[in-house]
Amino acid sequence: MRRALTFGLIGSVVAWHLSLVGLVAAFAERRLIGQSLTFSYVLLLALMLLVGYLTARRVSDWTGLAGAALSGLLVGLALWILALIVTEVNLRDAFVAASPSLAQILTFDRGVSAASLAILLLIGAVTGFIGGGLTWIPATGRRTVIGALSVTVLVGLLRDVLGPVLPAFLMGFLFSPAGGLSLPGAVIVLGLAIAIPVMRHVLAARKAGQEGPLPARVLRRRRLALRVLGVVFFVSFPLWAKLFLSNVADFVGLYILMGLGLNLVLGFAGLLDLGYVAFFAIGAYSMAVLTSPELGALTLGFWTALPIAVAITVFSGILIGLPVLRMRGDYLAIATLGFGEIVRLLVLSDWLKPHLGGAQGVTRIARPVLGPFVIDRPQEYYYLILIGCGLGWFLSVRLRDSRIGRAWMAIREDEDVAQAMGINRVTAKLLAFATGASMGGLSGALFASLVNSVIPQSFSILVSINVVALLVLGGIGSLPGILVGALALVGLPELLREFQEYRLLVYGVVLVIMMIWRPAGLWPEETRVRELEEAAEEARERAPAEVVVASQDGA
Amino acid sequence: MVIAWAIGALVLLLVLVGSYRTLAAGHYTAGQWFDFVVFGLAQGGIYALIALGYTMVYGVLRMINFAHGEVFMSGAFSAFFLANALARRGFLASNPVLSLVLLMAFAALVSMTIAVILERVAYRPLRGAPRLVPLITAVGASFFLQYTFRGLFGSGVRVYPTVPLLEGTIFGIQTKLIVVFLGALATLGILWAFLTFTRTGLAIRAVAEDMEAAALMGVDVNRAISSTFAVGGAMAGVAGVLYALVFAQVQFFMGFLPGIKAFTSAVLGGIGNLPGAALGGLVLGLVESVGPSLFLDGLGIPAAHQLKDVIAFTILVLILIFRPTGILGERLGSRV
Repeated sequence: MRRALTFGLIGSVVAWHLSLVGLVAAFAERRLIGQSLTFSYVLLLALMLLVGYLTARRVSDWTGLAGAALSGLLVGLALWILALIVTEVNLRDAFVAASPSLAQILTFDRGVSAASLAILLLIGAVTGFIGGGLTWIPATGRRTVIGALSVTVLVGLLRDVLGPVLPAFLMGFLFSPAGGLSLPGAVIVLGLAIAIPVMRHVLAARKAGQEGPLPARVLRRRRLALRVLGVVFFVSFPLWAKLFLSNVADFVGLYILMGLGLNLVLGFAGLLDLGYVAFFAIGAYSMAVLTSPELGALTLGFWTALPIAVAITVFSGILIGLPVLRMRGDYLAIATLGFGEIVRLLVLSDWLKPHLGGAQGVTRIARPVLGPFVIDRPQEYYYLILIGCGLGWFLSVRLRDSRIGRAWMAIREDEDVAQAMGINRVTAKLLAFATGASMGGLSGALFASLVNSVIPQSFSILVSINVVALLVLGGIGSLPGILVGALALVGLPELLREFQEYRLLVYGVVLVIMMIWRPAGLWPEETRVRELEEAAEEARERAPAEVVVASQDGA
Repeated sequence: MVIAWAIGALVLLLVLVGSYRTLAAGHYTAGQWFDFVVFGLAQGGIYALIALGYTMVYGVLRMINFAHGEVFMSGAFSAFFLANALARRGFLASNPVLSLVLLMAFAALVSMTIAVILERVAYRPLRGAPRLVPLITAVGASFFLQYTFRGLFGSGVRVYPTVPLLEGTIFGIQTKLIVVFLGALATLGILWAFLTFTRTGLAIRAVAEDMEAAALMGVDVNRAISSTFAVGGAMAGVAGVLYALVFAQVQFFMGFLPGIKAFTSAVLGGIGNLPGAALGGLVLGLVESVGPSLFLDGLGIPAAHQLKDVIAFTILVLILIFRPTGILGERLGSRV
């Protein structure tokens, strides 16, 4: 009972937060299924589901379900009260999102009445109950259901994106003309998303019963086939993805490249660099200064300027790295943040305006020329960026498994021990910094050429936070994790225009939640998982000292 | 290390040459220098108040509360609405002293609440985790708070109502700067008394000294940490109102720069060291106010005031490199 009240209250606060920051209203136009189910409602339903689930968790009898329904009901009540307040009191001077349209969304256009109250309470109770019911299904089943629901929501969200890609008859069948999935389409997508994992599960179980593990030859062939498929997918992407998607893919690629670079520094060597944008900026501005006729200093071609830009970035990486690398971890983070800001402020200043363009930035940056071809469309840049990412990926894998990679990880685990084992920590850290910088610089140089201009606003601290967030989401130190993180945190917001404003809000939540509940990330690196388990083990052994604190917590 | 020293020597040389040339050229009158100093002190008082929050939390938890700048912002921002309401009813003009006290109390309350919730939700579950983990959480919390305020109250700049009493000058100094400086000093005094004479203050100091020993002596560690955040938050809230008096506007991103600068002040004075944080704040405020005209003008840099943040960040980096223990020395107890 107390549990239900607590979670219901927390859920209500979150629901108010979502409504008042404007997230709910922002998604009111994004239809998911047919006319009625917009993404606003999905957001609120998901919240109720989660609240119900959390309430019923670890309570194994029927009271758990009742509590789940109660907490969901509370969230519904809170939403109705919010609608009431918004209609009765004019809060718009302070809260910009507290508009009549918010009240309309919250009450399903019925106004603040007994009917809308009853509907909200009913929905809350039922959804909370279902959320509580999820605790009764075994874990694999739960994962399948949640996964399938997410896939359906995702497909509904990406309608406009899939539109130009899918054949017309499939589009007409799956999606409704008003936006979002059509009802049969939603059923089919949901059914497929449930059926495929179930089929795989059944097949795997049958095979395991028959003949034990697969022979290595088959496994190897399968992996090869997957790789070939992957390569074909990535290479053919711009051919069927058209302009908009290619543009998004370019940005995702640039962030993957930056993620790979920061991963060397943060993931492998364990140095939190909050000013990584400095290298991105230096790469971009080097490209601009070297090639743009506007500044009149130099007008090199793209291919000549590219290696020079990367070299400049590496050099600046060493220059910044040398003084800061002796600091302890958290000071290093702030010092690098300081460097990042210094670079941006210098670029912005009138002092360096004749050389760097000041607040107006630099335009007319060189395009890459290949024989008779000029690369100037996003679909063509895609290949350049793909090559860059491939290079970064290859470097990362080779470095990770090399002597220097081991040295980085040793430093990450314990600097003093690493030094005692004969690792020169300054050299090792400097190498991490310089290599990481080179990838940031490459990304910056490609970015400058792609958008054909650089302005100081593109190089704010937010870029650094973005890269850190995508690493944290995917799993610090994990290479596939970078892909996942970049797709989720760069790709998805680019595709959902309404979402742009709330990007950083979500990044903040991602950083906090991931660190608390899933520090290894969505696609963790294997050694990292082991480390975290060991750390948890150690913490358990050290428990006696903490019992004192814990017991007082309860008192 | 050679390179680091070379950079340091170069910066020192530039400062000296720049100052000499500015003074020799005589661009500024003595009155102007005086104004710079006064402004620097008022600004420094604000930095000092925020810096105390950083330094106290660092002293207790060995953690940079990166979101402290946002705690400051939330106080200033919420007080804006109260100030507006008071101004509309004419209360701000008729009872200026009482309204200022009200504003500060309100801002302190909001900031305190946010700081305590922040600790409870984002930092407490991670106590004892590797150092980078709570730092990343703090960065996340910082952006969450910023963009929550942006979502709630919009992204535009809100202009604070003016307090008629503070508009004049006393002895040629702007009244509001005097009030801000004295307000900061008074708040510092209250903090000192709180930490010295109350049981909670004693508990905070004990936990900063040695957490485990304090726990064994019967100090409720969690409560002491919560009160550390509460006190730090309250200071930041007061600082928020003072800041709004000087600059007369609030915006959701306003916490970032003062936050970093206050952290710089805390390190400058020696992290964990309370008098150090106050001193560091004043020094940084002064350098930032005087510096652009003093060092940079003489070097022939146009629009030098644009680079005042660069000066602050350069000080931050230089201090972290050459004297990470600060002017007055770190005061950290045994490791957690």
